[in-house]
Amino acid sequence: MSAELWRRSASALAAAVRDGAATAEAAVESGWEGPAAVWESTVHAVVHADRGARAAGALAAGETGGRGALQGVPVIVKDNLCTLDYPTTCGSKILAGYHPPYDATVIRRLRAAGAVVTAKGNMDEFAMGSSTEFSAFGPTRNPYDPSRVPGGSSGGPAAAVAYGLAPLGLGSDTGGSVRQPAAFCGVYGLKPTYGRLSRYGLVAFGSSLDQVGIFARHAGDVALAYGVLAGNDRFDATTRPDPAPDVSGWDDGVAGLRFGWPENLWGAGVEAEVVDGLEAAAGWLERAGARRVPLQFLPGEYSVATYYLVATAEASSNLARFDGVRYGFRAATTPDLRALYTRTRSEGFGPEVQRRILLGTYALSAGYYDAYYLTAQRARARIRDEYRNAFRSCDCLLMPASPTLPFRLGEKTDDPLAMYLSDIFTIGANLAGIPGLSVPVGLSRDRLPRAVQLVGPEDGEPVLLRAARAIETRGARAPQEPEFAWPTKG
Amino acid sequence: MTIRREDVERIAELARLEIPEGRIERVAAELSAVLDFVGALSRLELGTEAPPRFAPAGAPLRADEPNGRRLSNHDALAMAPEAEEGFFIVPPIVENLEP
Amino acid sequence: MAYEGVIGLECHIQLKTRSKMFCDCPAGFGAAPNTNVCPVCLGLPGALPVANRAAIDAALELGLALGSTIRGRSVFARKNYFYPDMPKNYQITQYDQPLCEGGALEVMLEGAARRFELTRIHVEEDTGKSFHPERLGDRRISRVDFNRAGVPLLELVTQPVFRVPAECAAFLTALRRLVRWLEISDGDMEKGQLRCDANVSVHAAGTTALGTKTEIKNLNSIRGVERGVTAELARQQRTLDEGGRIEQATLLYDADHDRLAVMRSKEHAHDYRYFPEPDLPLLEVDAAWIEQARSRLPVLPWAREREFVALGLPWYDAAVLSEHAELAEYALEVMRGSGVKLASNWLMTEVLRVLKERDWTPARWRAQVPAARFRDLLARVADQSLPGPVAKQVFGWMCDGPGEVAELLERHGVRVQSSSAELEPLVRAVLAEHPGPVAQYRAGKTATLGFLVGQVMKKSGGQAVPQVVQTLLKRALDDGSPGA
Repeated sequence: MSAELWRRSASALAAAVRDGAATAEAAVESGWEGPAAVWESTVHAVVHADRGARAAGALAAGETGGRGALQGVPVIVKDNLCTLDYPTTCGSKILAGYHPPYDATVIRRLRAAGAVVTAKGNMDEFAMGSSTEFSAFGPTRNPYDPSRVPGGSSGGPAAAVAYGLAPLGLGSDTGGSVRQPAAFCGVYGLKPTYGRLSRYGLVAFGSSLDQVGIFARHAGDVALAYGVLAGNDRFDATTRPDPAPDVSGWDDGVAGLRFGWPENLWGAGVEAEVVDGLEAAAGWLERAGARRVPLQFLPGEYSVATYYLVATAEASSNLARFDGVRYGFRAATTPDLRALYTRTRSEGFGPEVQRRILLGTYALSAGYYDAYYLTAQRARARIRDEYRNAFRSCDCLLMPASPTLPFRLGEKTDDPLAMYLSDIFTIGANLAGIPGLSVPVGLSRDRLPRAVQLVGPEDGEPVLLRAARAIETRGARAPQEPEFAWPTKG
Repeated sequence: MTIRREDVERIAELARLEIPEGRIERVAAELSAVLDFVGALSRLELGTEAPPRFAPAGAPLRADEPNGRRLSNHDALAMAPEAEEGFFIVPPIVENLEP
Repeated sequence: MAYEGVIGLECHIQLKTRSKMFCDCPAGFGAAPNTNVCPVCLGLPGALPVANRAAIDAALELGLALGSTIRGRSVFARKNYFYPDMPKNYQITQYDQPLCEGGALEVMLEGAARRFELTRIHVEEDTGKSFHPERLGDRRISRVDFNRAGVPLLELVTQPVFRVPAECAAFLTALRRLVRWLEISDGDMEKGQLRCDANVSVHAAGTTALGTKTEIKNLNSIRGVERGVTAELARQQRTLDEGGRIEQATLLYDADHDRLAVMRSKEHAHDYRYFPEPDLPLLEVDAAWIEQARSRLPVLPWAREREFVALGLPWYDAAVLSEHAELAEYALEVMRGSGVKLASNWLMTEVLRVLKERDWTPARWRAQVPAARFRDLLARVADQSLPGPVAKQVFGWMCDGPGEVAELLERHGVRVQSSSAELEPLVRAVLAEHPGPVAQYRAGKTATLGFLVGQVMKKSGGQAVPQVVQTLLKRALDDGSPGA
């Protein structure tokens, strides 16, 4: 079975390594020798790989006592999370070759639990994108159909988990950047409640929206990783001081659980297959004992508009530090300071990043702050209230993760607005600070991943995971690891 | 169009970005399209109070103690585009001129 | 044309907390460049700020001491601009809703008590240090050191309440004393621990409309503030007299040449795009925290000054003795049971001289010479059992080592000669040796007594008590004693 270690869930793999049935090194290399050899040259999920770093990581895992919850488990990490043993480039030329001198808190917690960082995953530059087509290091492709996108901005980790490089991935989600690629790649993708996973070491995009997110092929693995990573961090003042919710009951079933059904959201503009997936998921939840609660919900356009003011405003400030002074790219000729700044930034940032910096700067600038940024923050409060109101009559919402199935490379790159609107169902959770979980629901007629999204109230992760598990088992109590729908090379 | 050429020049200046002359109009059009879309927000009734904060309250402040994550000079400068004798090196800073 | 000046000051106080404002790097001074840095204060990607409680404590103490209103919820904000000494190219500060509002600083100016009102006090982080251009090979470059980046600062803004430069100087002197008194800052302007920018305008005397104001930066000392403000007031008046207009501008003061240079800046350079800092929650200060800060406040300097004046000392003495909290406390302790003016004189001259020469703090002085011991010395001076010169000697010994007065005299083999039995022979000897002055005295020139006293003192090696000598001499001269 050791040749097939890469197929196992994270929890099964960790158990095997703890029991001595497998070594950490074998667990890690299995993904490289098997699926990576088949997929990586097509998919290009990985942006930094280092055999020596992996080996050192596996060795170090052994030195943590050997009993970690994620013992020996390889994890692919989005390239905007700081790692001591790999570069951290955020998919950008402006950070090409940058090695941070510290590990992000979530990375430290992974390692303390015995996990191994197996590679850094490709991403849209500075997490600004929904397709991983805006990376300075080339696009990532969807393993289910390489002419299509894996989603973004965390397309690399999503695709790598989908094809089997690792059973777990970490990404970041500011407007859907974990949930949407998870949906496109047929894996689970969790955006936690804001403040539950530390952002220390996550390169900031929209500070009040960003959360580190988790990719996995099994609902139980999401719960496992969440248990390891969640909790207050003294290096991040936006983490919640009280203990994170306990997700150990993820397999406890959904008897009596009420799921909201905001049907008005998917009238026009949502593909039929996506709606079919929703109906299927709803059916399985009901079969498992949950109750559907139809309700009306605020259309997503307001969320998208609000998001593109708040996120770009915060980003315009967060990205000011990239100036060629202390690290990263510096333009070749910089005769004076003015040239240092403008040439470095104009050459180092791609067009989408520059577009968003300009938009955000405008939204904050003198005379426009009230009309744009302040208005957006008020709209955000309103959106949060809408969710809180909805959760008075249900325990979670069931809605699409994306209006479409995975689209083709190049389809939306010339139309920024169309690209932004693909986040229409995910953005609300970031604005409200609440958790959202993408749940795969099989493949479409053309064998493309279909998914649904569960959105919960603050600290609603336990509910989301129970509901996800019910969908995973198709509404019946099932064996521990339902079979994952692997992509096929064709 | 909401955003005109002068606006693009002004905000590019603030953001220290150089937009090539030939692209300014296009950038203005792209940004205007987004802002027009964003104008949808004016249809919501939003009130005038200060918006709430989204960072969770109640976290204790930090105790006044040093030596947690301090870096060695070597590590601090390791990624510097240019460094010399422990300092970061930049083009000359002219005292009465904004860089 | 007569003009009135209107000046407001914006002061930055560098706090002497152990760690920086938003990270745990040491906040101290003098380390090798870029050695007190971490991902947070270097602005590395992914780093996040966490506020230092001690810095908020310091802000509360200053605000309470000045009678400011403390805001229960205040907001950290980002001030966005590019500069090489800015690790993030934004500074975390407070904009709307600062921690403290209002308040005033009491200052004695030319014998009168003045109150200068404040607008606000808030918390922010310092920048790194950049240096003037220099050569590196065949290029010109500048160097940057981020040790100072992130050190906590309190920004204190006054209302435009100053009319003349002397008021500004008095305010800064009092502010410097206060921050040292509270032990929140060393307040040394040369080291940049207390900085000051001035906003200056003039208007025609007798009118109320304010003129356009300019901002003066780079005022590095109290004298510099006075002279810089003076120069700008003069410049503005000259400009108006010549029919010109005052343009809003930022000026840099050059202390070496006593002149002002206009800073060139682009039109939109000061659009700081302030917005609330998303990486930090609201700063919540509850009543309990405020009470804790209030309970830590010592008796404040102006209260001490009034105590000294109530004891009968002139304002000058009160001000000198109220330079340091420790010194004031010590002085009051010494004065409990000895002559107030005598104590004041000794403290202001002898003790302060020693502090200066030896670079001692008042606390170090107190450890060397406890109040009770000093009181004892002064008591003996007051009752004349120690002559002046001997007292000074004893004082010197006290500065160098332990021991009560009697012990020290014993140890150094000094005996104060105060009995008639010891001194009569010396008196007789002097009268015998100086018949001329004796005759002059008896002829009515009483002033020569001083000379004769001096001679006896000399003969005694300075150990005779002068008052006793004087009494004996007078008696001998008036009586026409033997030896005459």
